[in-house]
Amino acid sequence: MSSDGCINELLIPSDLLAAKQPEQEILAALQRFGYPDQAIFAINLAVEEALVNAIKHGNRSDPAKNISVRYDVNATRAIIVIADEGTGFCPASVPDCTAEENLSRPCGRGIMLMRTYMDQVHYSRKGNMVRMVKYNRAQS
Amino acid sequence: MADTYQHLRVNDLTRAVVIEFAERKILEELSIVEIGEELSQVAGSLPGRTLIISFANVDHLSSATLGMLIKLREQVARTNGQLILADIKPQILEVFKITKLNRLFEICDTMGAALDKAGRQS
Repeated sequence: MSSDGCINELLIPSDLLAAKQPEQEILAALQRFGYPDQAIFAINLAVEEALVNAIKHGNRSDPAKNISVRYDVNATRAIIVIADEGTGFCPASVPDCTAEENLSRPCGRGIMLMRTYMDQVHYSRKGNMVRMVKYNRAQS
Repeated sequence: MADTYQHLRVNDLTRAVVIEFAERKILEELSIVEIGEELSQVAGSLPGRTLIISFANVDHLSSATLGMLIKLREQVARTNGQLILADIKPQILEVFKITKLNRLFEICDTMGAALDKAGRQS
């Protein structure tokens, strides 16, 4: 088990097709533990956004760079940690996509959706790793 | 309409052009670029028209989809056309509300309501 409490780890190349594998594994785990549809929708969305950010913005689709996906799902919570090999970024510098002047911008909503749909979203200091947690309300 | 599309079903009615997605769960990152290109082709071939996109088949949506729809809305508006989104499932509609894009887009609960709106405006 890694220091972030995750027991499953995958290393995938920086391409969107490869990102399907961790998405499907996490989905299967959520279904196995009986997470409600709403939580599955939320986690799916957040994981896809995080993976796309890591591939496109973090690694800039560089085939020489990989994405690390660690996850641990049990009956009470799902933890997902996604790290890229990029230079990182400052999440606070991303403009508020819901501000009137930004509404018609075609990008910049991924992080906001991750924060909304997950219970916890923390970025590493460098900004190239995100740790997300979602609790299974069906169990509480 | 003579054009055929891989990801879309396009039905040109008198008062509006109704667009449906051909498969479920297609609005994911891998296919969104192709879908965006096809939607742009439809809009380009029918300038000034009202396009209604049915979300009845859509169970999944990402920020890339939202970006694609914003670009399409701008393209349609440039020719004085109109884009209406209809039949959006509650879970998907919530994404529009969270991002406040329900303020930007014309959204109708049902296809019937969208066609009525298109009829009133044509």
